[in-house]
Amino acid sequence: MTVTTTPVLAARGITKRYGRVTAIENSDLELYPGEILAVIGDNGAGKSSLIKALSGALIPDRGEIYLDGERVHFRNPMDARAAGIETVYQTLAVAPGLDIADNLFLGREERKKGVLGSVFRMLDRGHMRSEAKRHMSELGVATLQNIGQAVESLSGGQRQAVAVARSAAFGSKVVILDEPTAALGVKEGNRVLQLIRDVRNRGLPVILISHNMPHVFEVADRIHIQRLGRRATVITPTSHSMSDAVAIMTGAAPPPDPVA
Amino acid sequence: MSTATTEPGPGADFEVARHDSLGLRIQHVLHGNPVLGPLAVLLAAIVAFSLFNSRFFSAANLSLVLAQVTVIAVLALGQTLIILTAGIDLSVGAIAVFSSILMATFCTRAGLPGVLALLLGFACGTAMGALNGVLVTRLNLPPFIVTLGTLTIFFSLNSVVSGSETTRGSDMPSIMTWTGTTIPIGTFRLTYGSIIMLALFAFFFYALGRTAWGKHVYATGDDIEAARLAGIRTDRVLFSVYTVAGLLYAIGAWILIGRLASASPNVGLEYNLDSITAVVLGGTSLFGGRGGVLGTLIGALIVGVFRNGLQLAGVEVVWQGFAIGLLVLVAVSLDQWIRKVKS
Repeated sequence: MTVTTTPVLAARGITKRYGRVTAIENSDLELYPGEILAVIGDNGAGKSSLIKALSGALIPDRGEIYLDGERVHFRNPMDARAAGIETVYQTLAVAPGLDIADNLFLGREERKKGVLGSVFRMLDRGHMRSEAKRHMSELGVATLQNIGQAVESLSGGQRQAVAVARSAAFGSKVVILDEPTAALGVKEGNRVLQLIRDVRNRGLPVILISHNMPHVFEVADRIHIQRLGRRATVITPTSHSMSDAVAIMTGAAPPPDPVA
Repeated sequence: MSTATTEPGPGADFEVARHDSLGLRIQHVLHGNPVLGPLAVLLAAIVAFSLFNSRFFSAANLSLVLAQVTVIAVLALGQTLIILTAGIDLSVGAIAVFSSILMATFCTRAGLPGVLALLLGFACGTAMGALNGVLVTRLNLPPFIVTLGTLTIFFSLNSVVSGSETTRGSDMPSIMTWTGTTIPIGTFRLTYGSIIMLALFAFFFYALGRTAWGKHVYATGDDIEAARLAGIRTDRVLFSVYTVAGLLYAIGAWILIGRLASASPNVGLEYNLDSITAVVLGGTSLFGGRGGVLGTLIGALIVGVFRNGLQLAGVEVVWQGFAIGLLVLVAVSLDQWIRKVKS
């Protein structure tokens, strides 16, 4: 891998304790430009704490986070988002009653220009809808013809597509996806995997947290294996098999080398 | 509705399934336009009562119906905002009646000018709503419990301040009862209170549908965690909703003084359930995130039309409650059925 380039996002020595329980201990992570980095690990390995630290949802006790080589401090998810890191959470991705365009712009609505926007606070629905349509079709989800359709009338995969499109539309640096295929059927899961590749191909690096080994091995460029609160190793789908990964994850096999 | 594309495009797996049975189609139409159901009920009720009794569809009687529903409609407007956030406000009646008592006290016993008494009354109602908002957001208590507590507190303060005595409208400055004065439009008599009510509905129809605040209210009620993660400061949204509702209840109190031509501490207990009834009949879901103020206006009119129509048809008051209760049950069942679309 291209170790010489600066990582887009890097974590160094992240530690988080809850009382006497250590969630992550001195954990590192690097995400390089243009890659899909999968993060796998058994339950309790600390992968979600690590991801939360990167997305601002958790403030680590120790350790540093670097974005494009610059040290950053995230106090909350808004900070991370403002810095260009968009996160799609596992189950809480969208507001089901609102339509696709509203969901895409939720929390960063655009108002009309002039008095209508400044005094009457009127939303620029036309612009938001056309932008939403553009973002959706850029990711090849053009069959969602009615951008004014309530998200709850969509299938699980379509909802996930809306959430991924939102993160791709507004994430300028990094997109983090937490178990995006967990609740989906085979076909829809594959469709979302394609979306993830599309996001990467547009130049946005992706961190993918998943339990689904076939999915991880299908799309990931590199695989970060978290074990007992630390990074055990980083492998690639070509260098190792799924059973190797599971063995390292569970401790049945030693990690191949002490981290690239 | 998505159109049926024949060639499998890149997103062909995401085609929305098409439903063909009549029931499912009705379900979908109602899901897309939740106001249609209540509107149909309202129109059917108007037609039925007009056939029953020729006096029902007279301008004089319709003026009466509108004047009767005005207070409930304004209170139900505030209640709608709260129910849209998946909350409930049991203190609506208490805030409204206590505000009316405070307004009356300010301009009679305290001797303040009418306008000042009115504005102070608005401020008190707003503060009471804000108290609910603080308790819901800061202490993270369920709205049902919070407003059950404040309901009792406000009603008790209400008795203390009023001394359980009614203040007559003639003892108050004319601005206090101005809301009850009428403008004749032919034989139809429109009160200023009703005009204020309609203006408030128009304002919140706009605010909910066309501003970011409105979207945030819906998103918060829909799924508060998703809203928070999308960057919405849900505590602020909830606080704003309870506070604005308090102001609306105080405006309702002003209209109430005009309607009764007095400020009485002994009215208003039924306003809690009546306001919730109007919201539910209007198709707003008690689970939050679904519905709107247009439905609530229709819901309030349904209650008014039923009460008045049954009265004219000679049905006893006790059976009017029975009929409205049945309507509520039908409305809630319909809501459940419509919500199933998503699964």
